[in-house]
Amino acid sequence: MEQLWIDLAAVLAAASPLVIAAMGETLSERAGVINLSLDGTMLLAAMTGFAVALTTGNLALGFAAAALVGAAVAAVLGLFSLTLGQSQTAVGFVLALLCTDLSSFLGAPFARVPGPAVPFTPIPVLADLPVLGTLFFRHDPVIYASFLIVPATAYLLYGTRLGLIVRALGERPAAAYARGVDVTRWRYAMLVAGGALVGIAGAAFSLDLKQGWSYRHTFGSGWIVLAIVIFGGWRPWRVALGCYLFAALEIVATRSQSALPNIPTQIVQVAPFVLMIFVLALVNLASSPAAMRRVATLPQIWQRPLLSAINRLRATAPAALGQPFERP
Amino acid sequence: MHIAVENLTKRFGAVCANNRLTISFAAGQIHGVLGENGAGKSTLMKLLAGFIQPDEGRIVFDNTPRRLRGPGDALVAGVGMVHQEPLDIPAFTVLENLLCAAPPGVFRSRRAAQTALLELAERLGFPVDPAARLDQLTIGQRQQVEIMRLLLCGAQVLILDEPTTGITAAQARALFAALRQIAAEGRTVLFVSHKLEEVAELCHTVTVLRNGQVVPPGQLPMPQPQEYLLELMFGEAGAAPPIYRPLPVIDAPPVWELRNVTVRSGALQLVDLNHRFAAGRIIGLAGLDGSGQQVLLRLLAGQLAPDRGQVLVNGRDLTGAGSLAFRQAGVEYLPADRLHDGMIGALSLADHFALLQHGGLMVDRRRAEELARRAIADYQIKATPITPIAALSGGNQQRAMLALIPPNARGILAEQPARGLDVASARAIWGRLQARRDNGCCVIFSSPDLDEIMEYSDEVIVCFAGRIGPPIPRALLSASRLAELIGGVGFDALVDVAR
Repeated sequence: MEQLWIDLAAVLAAASPLVIAAMGETLSERAGVINLSLDGTMLLAAMTGFAVALTTGNLALGFAAAALVGAAVAAVLGLFSLTLGQSQTAVGFVLALLCTDLSSFLGAPFARVPGPAVPFTPIPVLADLPVLGTLFFRHDPVIYASFLIVPATAYLLYGTRLGLIVRALGERPAAAYARGVDVTRWRYAMLVAGGALVGIAGAAFSLDLKQGWSYRHTFGSGWIVLAIVIFGGWRPWRVALGCYLFAALEIVATRSQSALPNIPTQIVQVAPFVLMIFVLALVNLASSPAAMRRVATLPQIWQRPLLSAINRLRATAPAALGQPFERP
Repeated sequence: MHIAVENLTKRFGAVCANNRLTISFAAGQIHGVLGENGAGKSTLMKLLAGFIQPDEGRIVFDNTPRRLRGPGDALVAGVGMVHQEPLDIPAFTVLENLLCAAPPGVFRSRRAAQTALLELAERLGFPVDPAARLDQLTIGQRQQVEIMRLLLCGAQVLILDEPTTGITAAQARALFAALRQIAAEGRTVLFVSHKLEEVAELCHTVTVLRNGQVVPPGQLPMPQPQEYLLELMFGEAGAAPPIYRPLPVIDAPPVWELRNVTVRSGALQLVDLNHRFAAGRIIGLAGLDGSGQQVLLRLLAGQLAPDRGQVLVNGRDLTGAGSLAFRQAGVEYLPADRLHDGMIGALSLADHFALLQHGGLMVDRRRAEELARRAIADYQIKATPITPIAALSGGNQQRAMLALIPPNARGILAEQPARGLDVASARAIWGRLQARRDNGCCVIFSSPDLDEIMEYSDEVIVCFAGRIGPPIPRALLSASRLAELIGGVGFDALVDVAR
């Protein structure tokens, strides 16, 4: 039993960069901007954060530099898509490729060099609690931050007036404009803030979870984050759940490698991605109109619980996601 | 608040939408602004509400000239605009929508906002549920929410752009009562419309715009003779009354026949329908929003399959055959939302004709453009064969949609065929539909506008709370009787007599 809690704690820890990045992406997509550069940004930020922390010996500076890189890439995306009216997806995709290559080019001197890492900091007293202590209070600051950022994002979006404005930007920017909101400025703000979180997530890889720097260090997790945000319905708690699920799959895959040594490592590495997409697609299939029609043919007693479950699963994209806004 | 514009000019490219307008609107009154589509009404209102900025001239609120940089500025200055399609956030609840980007200091808390909303709703007689999502509400309810939002945010001037389009007669009555009260409290109401009866009923003054200018210069006190206003709006042509055509007698089988049909859509179920829709008729479906008109239209279009019973088209059993089979049998459906599920905005008229071509791998562009050119001439559409549909005005889009209906169509189902059109465009559309009817087509349309139902129907079917009444010949029906039936008064007796 004790081993199960330790494993679960490992899942929570492994998911921390994904959760931070996913919250950043959720914020900018809620404001109507798709930051498709996420995977590249994470790599470039991971490399920069590691390099800065290594040369200055200061971890906080490393994270700050990573956040800055994330914010800067987001600002470039904003310049092309929000100011110059180019396609968010095209620009984001090019940025993703550019940042990936830039990270391996600029990061070559730092590859496979031992460097600083965020120290393990169990929280006194709380860490000794049975079960809860193991699960939540024997980690390091980055992982604690990943626990806090989910309720913080949810509160921001659903509990504050700023959240109302952010969601209005993604749902109907024209309505926000009619209320006197400067749509472009606020979209920039959310995009850049989300980008900074993505940058921090990158550093969470290189300075904490997978310490050091190597070619393609984050192994495509940025792309899975993009998928998780979509299938998570842009809702912070569901998105976080998706991240934890993915981390769990990864850990299961790694474990099975030692149990079944005959399986090629490539399969073990890729399997979580495939499984994750499969799970997410199943969830969305269950809430599709086709499933609704199927349910409507069932006896009345079954319909109500099934429909309410489906309604809870259903996720609709922000109506103006990816669409440019032009002042009338 | 007293508002005035002086020499206000706004150009869009070569078109002068507002040409040196000088008008003023006094506080505490309801001011009608009349004009056909494209006369410059919307431009003037958008200038006043800060959505666009004038090229020349100035806007004066209470004797202070104002430069409005955006709609937020205008609302702070006290001007709020209710758009034809309310500019709210459909995914929000009523309360969230109210709080979203409200001017600072207006609502101290969520609870305060809710209390203020419920109080105002009580005073204006608008039923409202603060927790309801806006996309679950009708256009009329969303409009009420928007009016209350603007008032709570401090609007002293309320601009309403075609507010009675797409709302029910009961909602329109509630709206008018509320507007009278808002004006009586000392606020200014600008009521933009092309419906003369409404302006006559509601407004203290009227301003008529034509080609971007006020004709005659300045406001007119109401009442004014209707013919005079029509002449001001359209010139001589507009004043001509509609021509009444006697009903042709056509010996043909019914276009649609329903036998013991039960059909369900969402929460609404139509039970045990037995109807025959004869050729050569225009049949109007009257009723409150969501009383079953749309379900019936979609059933007849083959978009909804019945749970029980048979649907026959031209005598052939097409029960559950799907909308494609219905189209092949000569049934055409014109939805209310033209660009959403009617046509493809980015494609041109020629492209639409090309889409209708069957067989072969290639598109016969020459033939498609030829057809488009002929349609443009026949239906007087202001467009070229290659203009994207989205770039056309509402009236031209509607005409284009009619032009796309093949000449051998046997049944046309139209949801609010004149929605959002001015008087002249609406008459043109109806002229086309009547010509189709005279050629032996059965036209079934739904409309929230009782005048439209009374004017154009040969037979009227009243829908009430998911029940479909028997067809009543237009000659046997008065407007007041129709209004009663829509409200359910005497509906049961009518159904019993039919049995």
